[in-house]
Amino acid sequence: MNKIKHIWMKITGFSLFFPLLCLAVVLVINLIRTPDFFRISMNNGVLYGYVIDILNRSSELIILATGMTLVVAASGGTDISVGAVSAVAGAVCIYSLIGGASSDVYRIPYVLALVLGILAGTACGVFNGFLVAKLHIQPMVATLILFTAGRGIAQVLTQGFILYVRKESFKYLGNFLPGIPVPTPIFIAALVVILTILLLKRTSLGLYIQSVGVNRIASRLVGLNSSLIIFLVYVFSGFCAGIAGMIITSRVYSIDANNAGLNIELDAILSVAIGGNSLGGGKFTLIGSVIGAITIQALTTSLYAMKVTADQLPVYKAIVVVIIVAIQSPVVKRWMKAVRHKNALSGNRKKVKA
Amino acid sequence: MIKKLKNRLSSNSFLIIITILLFLLMYIGGVIIFKDKNFGRMQVFLNLFISNAGLIVAAAGMTVVLISGGIDISVGSVVAMTCMLLAWMMENKGINAVTAVIVVLIVGIVFGFVQGWLISYLKIQPFIVTLAGMFFARGMTAVISVDMITIKNEVFLAMAKSKINLPFGGSVNKRGVLIRPYIYPSVIICILVLIVLFFVMKYTKFGRSIYAVGGNEQSALLMGLNVKKTKLKVYVLNGFLSALAGFVFCLNTTGGFVEQAKGFEMEAIAAAVIGGTLLTGGVGNVIGSLFGVLIKGTIETFITFQGTLSSWWTKIVIAVLLCLFIILQSVLMNLKWNKRKKINQV
Repeated sequence: MNKIKHIWMKITGFSLFFPLLCLAVVLVINLIRTPDFFRISMNNGVLYGYVIDILNRSSELIILATGMTLVVAASGGTDISVGAVSAVAGAVCIYSLIGGASSDVYRIPYVLALVLGILAGTACGVFNGFLVAKLHIQPMVATLILFTAGRGIAQVLTQGFILYVRKESFKYLGNFLPGIPVPTPIFIAALVVILTILLLKRTSLGLYIQSVGVNRIASRLVGLNSSLIIFLVYVFSGFCAGIAGMIITSRVYSIDANNAGLNIELDAILSVAIGGNSLGGGKFTLIGSVIGAITIQALTTSLYAMKVTADQLPVYKAIVVVIIVAIQSPVVKRWMKAVRHKNALSGNRKKVKA
Repeated sequence: MIKKLKNRLSSNSFLIIITILLFLLMYIGGVIIFKDKNFGRMQVFLNLFISNAGLIVAAAGMTVVLISGGIDISVGSVVAMTCMLLAWMMENKGINAVTAVIVVLIVGIVFGFVQGWLISYLKIQPFIVTLAGMFFARGMTAVISVDMITIKNEVFLAMAKSKINLPFGGSVNKRGVLIRPYIYPSVIICILVLIVLFFVMKYTKFGRSIYAVGGNEQSALLMGLNVKKTKLKVYVLNGFLSALAGFVFCLNTTGGFVEQAKGFEMEAIAAAVIGGTLLTGGVGNVIGSLFGVLIKGTIETFITFQGTLSSWWTKIVIAVLLCLFIILQSVLMNLKWNKRKKINQV
């Protein structure tokens, strides 16, 4: 009996237990609703199926969640501008590529346009980072500036039109490379996550970020440049938003400044929260956020399947966010601890009586 | 005398004075630049209030929340939800206008209560809660109706479009008839809200405890204030004011649709910040926020009078102004902090 309890405690104590549980719940519900959920088939030389679709669609989210995890971990705040920044990056990329009207002629090399787009995202990150790290403005308010102005900037670039790139090669990044059956975004997301993990584990950056997130002033006192680290995570978040913007625009080979990456910031924050990361900063797991992102996308796909429209989707997600954050809140945690303690006490008493 | 003036300036009214000066400068600038288009007419000034009545109410509520040290970014979505709910109740359900307005205000209070409870009693960061609230309310708007609903209810339209002529001012038109400047009832509501809030914040126990809680939560607690209850009340008040802002906003637009009032929360926050409310809490004034809204209105009027610029520029200019004022605040705070450090060293 005790052994089972011990194993149970060990499993629930595992840091990825909560995100994996969430993912499992969503997947099982889907499996019950659609029995051939896990079937993968080949169509026209590409892989096809629910699972592939979810992984494909969650790529942008995984990339954004990677940046968001670091932001949350280091500063205890969130970057709510990521959706708007992706739109800016996409607008910059397409505008520099084809100018102010839909066409199929590139003005500059494709790669250069991608670099420019990602640079635009990074520049937005620099702006956010400067406000948060140097001027000590609350992250939410600092990023709120770009959250609203970002779409305005993208609109000014596109003149309010939806710009299309009518060229086959532009679609590669967001869809399929010729001859490769797996969607390209999955590779990009995997690359971003792996490189980030290597960067964090091979250098002491990961440790620094956690340390700054736990206590900014104490970290400063032991010789870490807290401001610089917080600045860097915001730049990185902007960089990630830039890459995500490239994928989003390539997926639909166009830029719609109003709708590119709409509401994706909530999804990114949700991924981080479901991943078992505290939104108050400090310890973090990137893999948790990745699992969280896949869970969210699976949830979105299943909600769409239940005939929920895109406009109504935020209602359900908002409820999920509130529940998860409420479970994480210190008050509820203390309360649960108290309950557990009480149970343990009464158990001991029973033993004594016996 | 100079010392006294210096003391006054270095205190928190400094930011408000800058705002009022900026507004006057912009307005006088507008009168000079757009002389041939009659920018200086009384009606142009009153239009600032007419088209921004909802924002004034929302900004006043936001000011109270910011003073308490919190933030509420659900305002814009709540406004959209309110408009939609009003339109849906009156058009699709045939409920009379007064009942619909009361229901909507109650919904706002409940919404504020839930957010406030999560923030004050479960100690979740306000922006996470209100971010969720923002998406929830926007989603609920779509759940009520995905299509646009136009209000045709006569009582409501009478409330919205009955002109109230002012007994003074006005200009003579081409036919020689004197046209008095007018306002709508929505302007009266927003001015009443401002006056009431000004007195509540300045002279009641509730108002003073909001300043205390926002200034320093720990010391407020040690002074024996009920911090949790105060915060909860602030969010309930803001929920009510957001719904009222939605009603006033709806008087202007007379309809509900999903994309309505996007970026409204940012405008409200910008107005409050430009009006001298500190984002760190404890300092601020609803009158300052009024000037914040008026500045935004003046920028919009510029853009309309100018005629060729697109309306996205308003958003960008507001964001730039917000950014400037935040930086100004941060610099002023640092100066103050350094001063205090010097005093401590002495």
